[in-house]
Amino acid sequence: MNLIAQYADWIYLVAAVLFILTLKGLSSPTGAIAGNRYGMVGMALAVLVTLVIAPSPNFALIVLAMVAGAAVGLYRAKTVPMTQMPETVALMHSLVGLAAVLIALAAVHNGDQHHSTVQRVELFIGCFIGGITFTASVVAWGKLSAKLAAKPLKGGWVKPVQIGLALGMVGFGGHYFITESLTSFWVMTAFSVVLGYFLIAPIGGGDMPVVVSMLNSYSGWAAAGIGFTLNNSVLIIAGSLVGSSGAILSYIMCKAMNRSLMNVIFGGGMGGDEAAG
Amino acid sequence: VQTPFVATFTIFVLAIFIGYHVVWSVTPALHTPLMAVTNALSSIIVVGAVLQTVDIGGQAITLTSVLGAVSVFLASVNIFGGFAVTSRMLEMFKKKKK
Repeated sequence: MNLIAQYADWIYLVAAVLFILTLKGLSSPTGAIAGNRYGMVGMALAVLVTLVIAPSPNFALIVLAMVAGAAVGLYRAKTVPMTQMPETVALMHSLVGLAAVLIALAAVHNGDQHHSTVQRVELFIGCFIGGITFTASVVAWGKLSAKLAAKPLKGGWVKPVQIGLALGMVGFGGHYFITESLTSFWVMTAFSVVLGYFLIAPIGGGDMPVVVSMLNSYSGWAAAGIGFTLNNSVLIIAGSLVGSSGAILSYIMCKAMNRSLMNVIFGGGMGGDEAAG
Repeated sequence: VQTPFVATFTIFVLAIFIGYHVVWSVTPALHTPLMAVTNALSSIIVVGAVLQTVDIGGQAITLTSVLGAVSVFLASVNIFGGFAVTSRMLEMFKKKKK
C-alpha cells in the first residue's frame, strides 16, 4: 500500500497514457478492441491509486456504491437493444454531469478542505458545466427515445431566458467566489441545471446525435474542472482529453451530416434552419 | 504539497492538444463506439468522487460523504456500462466482417 502511495503520480501517468492509447485505438477498426481494453486497465489503475492515497476514505461506502454501480451499469449494457445506443450514451452523460455537480457540492461542504480563490473558480466551473450537462443530456435522451417531443422549443422568448439564466448563474457563482456563501453555490447550481434544459430544448431531434457528442465533450470539461479543484493530474488529463476529442468528434459528425456545428448549437434559439425532427 | 497552478494548467493545455489530434482520422463507422468510449473515460470523475467519500472529523456520515458516495455510484454505472457497451458495439463490427 505504501509503495503504491509513493508512486501514485507515476501510476496516474501510466493511466493517462493508456487513456490516450484508448482514443487512438478507437479511431481505427484494427485497434478498437485493444483500445477499449487499455481504457479499462487505465481506469482500474486510476481508481486503485485513488483508493490508496485518499485521506481517511470510507471504504464501506465506496465499495458499496461501486458494486451497486457496476451491477446497474453492466445490467443496462447487456440488456439495452443496439438500436437504442445513442440515447443510452446520452443518459450516461447525464450521470457524469450529475456526479460532477454532487462532487462539487460535496467539496464545498467538506470542512477538511480549504478552497483557495483559484479553486473556488474551478469548483464553480466544474459544477455549472456538470449541471448543464446533466439536464441537457436528459433532454437529449428524452428526444432520442421519443419520451419528449422531438420538435424544437421555439419562440422569441427562448434566447432572453437562456441569457437570463446564464447571467443568474454567473452572478451567484461570483457571489460564492467573493463570500464563500454556500447558499449562493446551491442557487448557482440550480440555475445551471435549468439552463441545461433551455439550451437543448430549442434543438430539433434530428440534430441530437451531434448534441450527444457535444455533451460528451462538456462532461469531459466538467471532470477537468473538478480535477483542478482537487489538484489531481489524472482527472485533469482524462477530462481534457475527453473534452477536446469530444468537440472534434462533434465537428466531424456534423460534417458527415452536412450540418454546421454552430447552427446545431446556436441555431435553435435563433429559429434558424432545423433538421427534420 | 500543492502543485503550482501553472504546472497543472500546462498539463491541461497539452492534454487538450493530444485529444484534438488523436481523433481526427476516425473511421466514420467508429463514431458511435468512439463516443461511447470517451463517455466511459469521462467517468474518471470517479476519482473526484472517491476523494470526497471520506470521514470528516471522525464522522462517517456527513453531507460530503453521502454526496461523494452517490457520485461514486453514478460514475461506476458509467465506467462499467460505458466500457461494456463499447465492447458490445465492437463485437458487432467483428461479426459483420466475417
